[in-house]
Amino acid sequence: MDKEKIKSLLTFLIAGMISLWFLTPIIFITLSAFATSKDYYNPNYIIPRHYTFSHFYKLFFTLSAGHATLISLSVAALTILLSFLLGVPAGYALSRYKFKGKNTLKLTVLSTRMFPLMILAIPLLIIFMQIGISDTLWGIVLAHTTMVLPFVILITSSIFAGVDIAFEEAALIFGLSRSKAFFKITLPLALPGLAASAIFAFIMSWNEVFVASILTLQNRTLPAQILSTAMDSPDYYKFTAGFIMAVPALVFIFFARRYLVSLWGISLK
Amino acid sequence: MRSERSLAPYLLFMPTLIYLAVFLVYPLLKALFMVITPEEGTGYTLANIYAVLSDSTFWEALKNTILLAAVIIPLQVFLALMLALFVNTKFRGYMTIVYLITIPLALSDVSAALMSYNIFSPSGYINKILLNLNLIKHPIYFFGFNATTSEFWVIVITEVWRATPLVFIILLAGLQMIGREYFEAADVFGFTKFQKFIYITLPLLKPSLQSALLLRTLFAFQIFGVVWLLAGRDIPILAGETFYQQTELQQYHIAAVYGFVIALISILISWVYLTFLKSAKEV
Repeated sequence: MDKEKIKSLLTFLIAGMISLWFLTPIIFITLSAFATSKDYYNPNYIIPRHYTFSHFYKLFFTLSAGHATLISLSVAALTILLSFLLGVPAGYALSRYKFKGKNTLKLTVLSTRMFPLMILAIPLLIIFMQIGISDTLWGIVLAHTTMVLPFVILITSSIFAGVDIAFEEAALIFGLSRSKAFFKITLPLALPGLAASAIFAFIMSWNEVFVASILTLQNRTLPAQILSTAMDSPDYYKFTAGFIMAVPALVFIFFARRYLVSLWGISLK
Repeated sequence: MRSERSLAPYLLFMPTLIYLAVFLVYPLLKALFMVITPEEGTGYTLANIYAVLSDSTFWEALKNTILLAAVIIPLQVFLALMLALFVNTKFRGYMTIVYLITIPLALSDVSAALMSYNIFSPSGYINKILLNLNLIKHPIYFFGFNATTSEFWVIVITEVWRATPLVFIILLAGLQMIGREYFEAADVFGFTKFQKFIYITLPLLKPSLQSALLLRTLFAFQIFGVVWLLAGRDIPILAGETFYQQTELQQYHIAAVYGFVIALISILISWVYLTFLKSAKEV
């Protein structure tokens, strides 16, 4: 009995330490993002006592973070749209058909991930300058789609594989066309999984900083804007910016937590 | 699974293939072309490659990138293994801990770097706490061109904080796939906990450990945001130099050489890993 008690106390202590290690940086940056600058720079206050929205306000409306956030959101949304338009049919083909060259195609998709984005960004800038879309969000969308597409294909193929093909076959027997069977039966059943992978794609695009920084000058995404300006800005702007970058990640973990292990499990294969 | 001879799967795959040809294969070929042609003028040249290889910054960047990987990866794998083993005891409320550990998974390197700066900066939390405890009289400067050692370790801590969860989630998934019957059999033979770990858990966890190692190594050679924000070019790294050559110096062809070096290292790592895994499977 005593041994059990000690064991559960120990477990509790270790769990507490782990939570502290992972949560403290997030709690600290939240405090610093909202602290008044006077409190932040006051060495006598470890925990700030006065809080304000003014850093947010200034970042968004006087400085360029508002514009950058808007671009980041548009880029992420368009990346999801484009990569799903391209990737969902391919993922469906992988999960539902047996065909010659299937393994080669799967391997091709997988092997694209060997190429780091660093090597893509440089030629893409020149190509985009030639066709006149450098420094636009479209350039970033095209590059991010290349980055996200393999993940979308692999994730959606395993999501479709999880939807029983018997439903689709039953629909065919009742006289629905194959495309109708897909849109009326399979797609609705796969929707939660697809939504989770859309959030996954969103996070990949939202976080990506290297390509976005190289491809744009005026129309920077939020991380690209932070990368080029943060270290010359006052500290409290750094932390407000870091906090804004972190919010979608925190929301994502909350909503996609049920899919967390399987999503990363697939994407990491 | 449908296996009728139909064009459907090929048609469904066509848009992806065309897209990857235009936005992956073509840029890669163009990058290769940039490596072997001069910045201005025509013809082929090895001058870009020579310029990079004879630049001491390149070797320093390569050294730092390898050094960071060599310190960070073993730490991450060790800590992730400990975390996964701990969580896998499935104590009450263990899923909450899993969620907490996975929070940094979705955080960007930019965010993580700023969180780290918030803790280690001159008016950051560590300095505030130490000042208030009267342990120091003046703030410690962790950053700056004459503090590269502490910058290095702050980067290590940040990367360990940020990317250990990735290894953790792979290892946890691996642990959960190990059947209970192995441990029940081990109980029959009177194995100690340590013996179970060495003779059952570790061998069965090997595939997960390997894929975690591959991924972490690939990502480690692409490390950029954390180093760039926290140390700038005080600690040159391969991706940082690629970025610097491209955006500051606008030496696109030199930047392409740097990019190619990262790509070649990535391909080499994948190749070593795949052959290694293959031979392990055949045994």
